[in-house]
Amino acid sequence: MSAFAQWLAATSGSIALHESLYMYPLVESIHVLTLCVFVGLASVLDLRLMGITLKRVPVSEVARRLLPWMIGGFTVMVITGSMLFYAIPIRSYHSLWFRLKMIMLVLAGLNAWVFHARVWRSVTTWDLDPVTPKPARLAGAASLVLWACIIVTGRMIAYNWFDCDKPQSSFVVWAAGCDAYPKR
Amino acid sequence: MVQQFFIWCEQTAVHDAIANSLWAFAVIESIHLLALAAIGGAVLMVDMRMLGMGLRRQSIQEVARSAYPWLVGSLVVMLATGIPLFLSEPTKCYYSYPFWVKMTALALAIAYTFTIRRMVTRSDDSRFRPIVHKLTALVSLSLWFTVGAAGRWIGFSG
Repeated sequence: MSAFAQWLAATSGSIALHESLYMYPLVESIHVLTLCVFVGLASVLDLRLMGITLKRVPVSEVARRLLPWMIGGFTVMVITGSMLFYAIPIRSYHSLWFRLKMIMLVLAGLNAWVFHARVWRSVTTWDLDPVTPKPARLAGAASLVLWACIIVTGRMIAYNWFDCDKPQSSFVVWAAGCDAYPKR
Repeated sequence: MVQQFFIWCEQTAVHDAIANSLWAFAVIESIHLLALAAIGGAVLMVDMRMLGMGLRRQSIQEVARSAYPWLVGSLVVMLATGIPLFLSEPTKCYYSYPFWVKMTALALAIAYTFTIRRMVTRSDDSRFRPIVHKLTALVSLSLWFTVGAAGRWIGFSG
């Protein structure tokens, strides 16, 4: 993987994006502002699942109406996020925060998958309930917490506290894979 | 006058505390970002509804009423974190063009949201024609988008 990141960093597209004056900030701004669309609307669904807001609206109604926007927002986040990684591949791959964020993303995906495969099956029996069954409330809360962690760890990637190009504790060296980090 | 105020801000205890801390700025900024997602959701669900998207089966009034506590709550968090962020680097902000764009748009967005937009979304849906709802939403989205985009750009300048 580290070799792949190093290969990616040497491609002309990566260098162009990395060195561009406006393209990189523009992509990052789109990445950040799309949070409002994706996480903002996902939070509305999560809060409905937790029985906190829109209690009189059927859960399936909230999901059906907001899901297309969430999918659209998520698609933009993935595309712009991939571009940000493409622009700075080596440092990102060896970033502790980036790795934490990716783990959290996988967990958020698992949570959504389990929710869809297990909890959502019985939605017709609790669709109108102001306060949903416990598994649904748990899934909503887990989603909220995970996305909050993804936002925070994502923001922290910008800080170089745990970067491999300076002395780090053995834990960070292990967790960020600093041994494979290219020496200058 | 204005510059005097910014210089005074530079001398506050909050400025020193954040400027001398390794983590404070990053932590406050992260909370600012979390509240961005929240306020984004609270604004979007109502504006989308006025544009005929999203929760179309519910009345604008009902959607707006549900979103209101989240709008106010996240705005309070935005201000409570945004002010210390500003205090940590007032000089940079003073010379930052995006900062002034953001503050202008923010003042307009807050004034607009709690007067015209509030009046329209609190009224019975039938009181205004759809075009009025759409215009109300478009102005709101434009103002808040400017606040967000200019806010992000403060970090890129200087």
